[in-house]
Amino acid sequence: MMRYVIGRLGGVVVILLAVCLFTYLIFFKLSPDPAVMICGKTCTPERIDSIRDVLGLNQPILTQFWEFLQGIFVGREYGTVHCPAPCLGYSFQTNESVWAMITARLPVSVTVAVGAAVLWLLAGVIGGLISAIKQGTWWDRTAMALALGGVSVPNYVLALVLQYVLVVKLQVLPFPSAPAFADNPVLWFEAYIMPWTVLAVGYACLYARLTRSNVIDTLSENYFRTARAKGLSRPLILRRHALRPALTPITTIFGMDFAGLLGGALITETVFGLNGIGKMAADSIAKNDQPVIMAVTLLAAFFVVIGNVVVDLVYIALDPRVRVTQ
Amino acid sequence: MTATIGGTSTALVEEVGTPAPAGGPPTSTRRILTTITRDKGALACVLFLAIVVLMAVAAPLITKLSGWGPYQFDSAAINSDLGGVPHGALGGISGKHWFGVEPQNGRDIFARIVYGARVSITISLSATLLTGVLGVVLGMLAGFYRGWVDQVISRLMDFLMAFPALIFMIAILSSLPAGNRPVLLVVVISAFGWPYLARVIRGQTMTLANREFVEAARASGAKDVQVVFREILPNLRGSIIVMTTLAIPGYIGTEAGLSFLGVGVSPPTASWGQMISSSVSWYSVDPMFFAIPGAFLFLTVLSLTVLGDKIRSVVDQGAAA
Repeated sequence: MMRYVIGRLGGVVVILLAVCLFTYLIFFKLSPDPAVMICGKTCTPERIDSIRDVLGLNQPILTQFWEFLQGIFVGREYGTVHCPAPCLGYSFQTNESVWAMITARLPVSVTVAVGAAVLWLLAGVIGGLISAIKQGTWWDRTAMALALGGVSVPNYVLALVLQYVLVVKLQVLPFPSAPAFADNPVLWFEAYIMPWTVLAVGYACLYARLTRSNVIDTLSENYFRTARAKGLSRPLILRRHALRPALTPITTIFGMDFAGLLGGALITETVFGLNGIGKMAADSIAKNDQPVIMAVTLLAAFFVVIGNVVVDLVYIALDPRVRVTQ
Repeated sequence: MTATIGGTSTALVEEVGTPAPAGGPPTSTRRILTTITRDKGALACVLFLAIVVLMAVAAPLITKLSGWGPYQFDSAAINSDLGGVPHGALGGISGKHWFGVEPQNGRDIFARIVYGARVSITISLSATLLTGVLGVVLGMLAGFYRGWVDQVISRLMDFLMAFPALIFMIAILSSLPAGNRPVLLVVVISAFGWPYLARVIRGQTMTLANREFVEAARASGAKDVQVVFREILPNLRGSIIVMTTLAIPGYIGTEAGLSFLGVGVSPPTASWGQMISSSVSWYSVDPMFFAIPGAFLFLTVLSLTVLGDKIRSVVDQGAAA
């Protein structure tokens, strides 16, 4: 077990390094002149030269990459500017270290992700479970038809529809502005409920379909028949025997989806004007602020890779069959 | 949200992966067709998709009939005193402009929807084709030859699937020089899309390669190429059909999402996602501007998803029988 964990973590380090290198190459080798891109639209030739000099863009690519990696672990200097330890780059457009920009906005993105995750897990798993138990009834058919519809709504379309209906027409919600929870819990909730819903709908529908098919599969297994034959009641079997094997695959997918969301929900945050990492990324794309886009990419990849490992470890804990074959 | 676009379609495809019909009798195309023609819902989906494809193919002809091209400005249709809001109710829907006009510049929305269908269909179909070829070829190579070939391909798949695909696509597209956007979009979408198909194909090829009929073919002197194309490939048809039909709506959504974020098709070329994106600042005064492209996008994706789901259940039943 220990050996497995250490092996996995070793793999993670390799993948993260590969992700860093790949990202770095894309931004500094593929783009025609990174210094011009980084400098932004309003820029003087002197400034471009100084940026090129500060970033060491005249040096060989491996030296540049090594300096970038060093920056992440021990910090680095950009000319006169010091960028402290987890230095993911420096935005020459906002004159801020990218890490500071990220940490300032991470709480909003985490709030968005956690709230949405709670919503979609509850709705998806419970909905799917009821559908499986009532398989073939009108409830099941309606729920599954709705789920197909829900999977098909692009979330920016849903976001705009909700915003138009609830904020502009019915005026049951104020225009979203994300205040701190401590200042005004009601306003805080009202600001986040729409983004949560928008993000949750697609996932909830998927999870409902997955839960349903998993539970139905489990109910046709032999041990389920055995439990019935022993005289156990259906609800008891459902709770004791059916839920665990049916929900284990859901944890895998959940881990990945949640990790993916932590890196910022670009579209949702942008549409609702929530100042999280996603909106920062979208704004940076519009301004072509390369260091920020690159850092967000790295951060998101980091979350996904870590999420992958956590999921595998949780899976081992949950599913005895995997443990045996280990 | 971003990761969802990639993620949702991925997870939908994931559902297919599990009950992989590793080589039952291949479901005949005729059976899929009869099931669809008997199902009213599925038929409606086919009808809608046919209309969209027709729009895409005959775009120049249709706009000639409707009278307005996608890049023509009609300043008479908008009220410049009110900041460019279209004249008339419902975003300026009239006999002249069937779906109304865009605020501010007065371009005909119908024409832009028709031309936008072109972009969506071309990009998503090309991406599906490219992913299909890459996924099937690499998946079969890995599953058939195993050993180091499998190791290399599988590690590459792990690596690509570890990325938050959408953010990465944005990163790549935003750092690349403008160039030919549609081609770039297809390449980038396919580059991150093929591992999901390849993974399923690899697994099924592995099981199929051990079956008796493959052994029989080998015993009667078939070469590797013949085994792969005559024995294994026909048995993979079901999964390939299902996975590709379910992938198309995902790619349509991805293209629209990327264009929505401003890294996809560049204006003035019309794309549904990009139309929705430009409608964001107008949605409270002119809701039709976003409702129309939004509805087309939703219905197209829905139709394809429903169809894919139907085809999957037919193929699954075929495998179980």
